[in-house]
Amino acid sequence: MSQEYDFKTKVALAEMLKGGVIMDVTNVEQAKIAEESGAVSVMALERIPSDIRTDGGVARMSNPHMIKEIQDNVSIPVMAKCRIGHFAEAQILQALEVDFIDESEVLTMADEDFHVDKHPFKAPFVCGARNLGEALRRVDEGAALIRTKGEAGSGNIVEAVRHMKMITSELKSLKEQDLSEKSKEFRVPLALVEEVAKNGKLPVPNFAAGGIATPADASLMMQLGAETVFVGSGIFKSEDPSERAHAIVQSVTHFSDAKKVLSASYKLKDAMKGILMSDIPEDQRFSERGE
Amino acid sequence: MVGVLALQGNFASHIQILNEIGLDSTLVKNLEDLSNLQGLILPGGESTTMSNLLLRDQSFIDGIKFFSDNKPIFGTCAGLILMSKNSFDKKVLNMNILDVEVNRNAYGRQVHSFDDSINLQCKSVKSQSIKASFIRAPKITSIGKDVEIICKHNNEIVGVKEGMHMAVTCHPELQNETLLHKLCFKG
Repeated sequence: MSQEYDFKTKVALAEMLKGGVIMDVTNVEQAKIAEESGAVSVMALERIPSDIRTDGGVARMSNPHMIKEIQDNVSIPVMAKCRIGHFAEAQILQALEVDFIDESEVLTMADEDFHVDKHPFKAPFVCGARNLGEALRRVDEGAALIRTKGEAGSGNIVEAVRHMKMITSELKSLKEQDLSEKSKEFRVPLALVEEVAKNGKLPVPNFAAGGIATPADASLMMQLGAETVFVGSGIFKSEDPSERAHAIVQSVTHFSDAKKVLSASYKLKDAMKGILMSDIPEDQRFSERGE
Repeated sequence: MVGVLALQGNFASHIQILNEIGLDSTLVKNLEDLSNLQGLILPGGESTTMSNLLLRDQSFIDGIKFFSDNKPIFGTCAGLILMSKNSFDKKVLNMNILDVEVNRNAYGRQVHSFDDSINLQCKSVKSQSIKASFIRAPKITSIGKDVEIICKHNNEIVGVKEGMHMAVTCHPELQNETLLHKLCFKG
């Protein structure tokens, strides 16, 4: 066997990120705080989701220079986002040797019909999903990691809970269903549906994202079956980013030990201000983008 | 019963291998979890994250070092870094369980990760090749005089043994290889 790089090699990095916290950062200083607090990876982006929501306009891939600066200053994996369907942005991120590319609904969509064909890329991709069909379409396109969409930048966990529970319950009931019907409904090959039905789980790791703001939110998502959590606006929109990052890391590792989650939560100041889903018009919900 | 350090990383794939070779296993997240174990695995993951979590509880670190005086520890990738004498990064904990020095992320970022065969040469088994994944892997840059080289890849040292402890820079567990686990915990 000579050196090989295949789909398994992409998924392997996702395996290494399990039980960790991936934090959104917008500059070197934040990236260092994240790393020093125990982040397993950072997502480098110019504006965190809650600011994208407030600012409006078109949200694109971040400036490569800013991503490079972060890569040069931390030793943990660095992720970055491209727009849904924008394969040229993805090519640039791969050329930059970003460790994971997030084809993200938080950015403005570039293609309303097609996601990036992720198979030809060497860089692994993570994609958001609200349900099993979306998750499997992304895996079929080549995603090496699935995360719930949740509602990014909302500080409201309700959508992430909905998406995680939906995927879990669909996985559980899949083997009782007509798989060839499901393959048509999901618009993915029958073989993939059969594999997932047989194993009762996704063929790639399943992380949580979108609205996580407190150690308790992180623990909740882990207990619902997430294998790692992404925290976006929740850390650097709070009053105490370093302490909060530290506490969320603690609560993910010890998610089933309420005393440890409690001790991590004690000294925290105020979390980011959250937004009710009823206050986000449907056409402004990130999670509605790309299905 | 073999424990797998489960602060962060791919502890689940090691549990699966232990099940396959008929060894009971348990997750280790606290000092108390170390009691009654016959061995311990330090899995892959992010060494800075595992260091950060370990450094929150000095008694846990002392417990692992004390454990290593009497029982075998097997480390993969980040696990090797934690077991080493030095990895030249102040954010990373080195427990000095193995007399080796390592250079983190020595192959580069994820696009330079790969799967390949490694050559296993160990006193107790016949030489053979096994598969392993190198994921943002470290390299062993120097070894002490009591350290036995057990695995090589392209003539570079990728696996070592010192006393009852073993460690590799890569992930045989991701390729369903069970031999190193057997060697370490079943003699």
